[in-house]
Amino acid sequence: MTHDWQPTCSLELIRLRAKMLAELRQFFAEKLVLEVETPLLSHSSGTDPQLEFFTTDYCLLPHRQTLFLQTSPEFAMKRLLAAGSGSIYQIGKAFRNGESGRFHNPEFTLLEWYRVGFSLAQLMDEIAELIAGLFSDQGLQETQRVSYQDVFVSYTGLNPLIFSYQDYCAFARDSQLSEAISLCGYDHGLWLDFLFSHKVQPYLGENALCLVYGYPACQSSLARISEENHQLAERVELFINGIELGNGYYELIDPKEQNERFDKEQVIRQQQKLPVTVKDQRLVAALESGLPECSGVAIGLDRLLMLLSGSTAIDEVLSFPICRA
Amino acid sequence: MASYSTNEFKAGLKVMLDNDPCAIIENEFVKPGKGQAFSRVKIRNLKTGRVMERTFKSGESLEGADVVDVEMQYLYNDGQFRHFMVPDTFEQYQTDEKVVGESGKWLKDQDTCTVTLWNDAPLAISPPNFVDLAITQTDPGVRGDTSGGGGKPAVLETGAVVRVPLFVQIGELIKVDTRTGEYVSRVKE
Repeated sequence: MTHDWQPTCSLELIRLRAKMLAELRQFFAEKLVLEVETPLLSHSSGTDPQLEFFTTDYCLLPHRQTLFLQTSPEFAMKRLLAAGSGSIYQIGKAFRNGESGRFHNPEFTLLEWYRVGFSLAQLMDEIAELIAGLFSDQGLQETQRVSYQDVFVSYTGLNPLIFSYQDYCAFARDSQLSEAISLCGYDHGLWLDFLFSHKVQPYLGENALCLVYGYPACQSSLARISEENHQLAERVELFINGIELGNGYYELIDPKEQNERFDKEQVIRQQQKLPVTVKDQRLVAALESGLPECSGVAIGLDRLLMLLSGSTAIDEVLSFPICRA
Repeated sequence: MASYSTNEFKAGLKVMLDNDPCAIIENEFVKPGKGQAFSRVKIRNLKTGRVMERTFKSGESLEGADVVDVEMQYLYNDGQFRHFMVPDTFEQYQTDEKVVGESGKWLKDQDTCTVTLWNDAPLAISPPNFVDLAITQTDPGVRGDTSGGGGKPAVLETGAVVRVPLFVQIGELIKVDTRTGEYVSRVKE
């Protein structure tokens, strides 16, 4: 007889998840942030070459269409913001194909929220407040705020904003990571991903929330480029005990630049022979009609639950991970 | 040989890396939310036994290694080579001391052990976890002392030296844990 009908997490974890969700809703209710729902199925998808999406067939005979499962609710939520919703949050599922491991399940739960009129610094304060409340029983140390550049320099001695192939290679050799040289080549962004995830991230936020801000512009994703320093993006990442929990931006609101970033990513997708995506024209149209100045962040709730419960694998906090779904 | 992508890297999988056969011990999927996915792999070089860490881009692949573990009977040592035989087929293999390494001191004629073959040539020898071996030399002990405290060195018939309790005598058969090299108990013949 097989036992794989049973959940991989304990019943205690199921109750802890419910408690966490209730606390999150309470937090946003007190701040008058509106809970919203947006579709999981969409006619378009993100263009980010690092995210693989699931597709599905929509049959409304005689018509057949390919729909995409969202990799995050970001685009739909921005359309609500452009429609005048004010500050909003959502707790829901997101899907990323091919992601499975100790910290990844291809279907996972995201908390995403947007604060109209907030700068990134204001949003960071709110993130710290939320996390401190959730972890009040765990005794987290005070929240740390560090710039990407400072933290990168302190762990590697390398400048993340200026790519020096020689220096990066020398550091890789000295750190027993020689494979990085052939793996990353002359791709600065790839080097940053490699070195940050191997040599920086594991040490971030020891028993504390660590907020890393000021990402290099080449890692801007959907964040705005800083007005004071064009080498930096207005992006923040959250870490606790070396685990990446979430990602926030001072949101890009310029439709022209958004469109250009989409096109750039589409070209990279073609070069890397990745599946073609359908650019989200409705998001671009929403930006054209006017997205209010806002900051937003998405936090992986399964990983948050791992940290709240001291679990070492995501399967320990999911009822039915992909292998049992 | 088939090749395996990072998604198929599981503990125990044998692959070729830097022209050496290796066994995967652990594979961790590493991916920044907005960045490149990697596989951080802990891997053992089966020739040297050395464990190392190596990172691959997700989706990269490695050639499989033709490595199999075969139960064989240890036959004898001719001074230059050790000889083994597959009991079912009577097929024989010989290896030099370099391959046998530390395992050699636990090999007794006729005992069964595991021979790891790479492209049909012996790569490593693993003795059974427990072996029974006779003591050929040790200081006379104190009869009646079964406390187990202290102990003394004893030379076994294969040349291995282990610490045994004081009451164990020359000629007696003892059970040894080959993983730790420690005495377990006396064996009644």
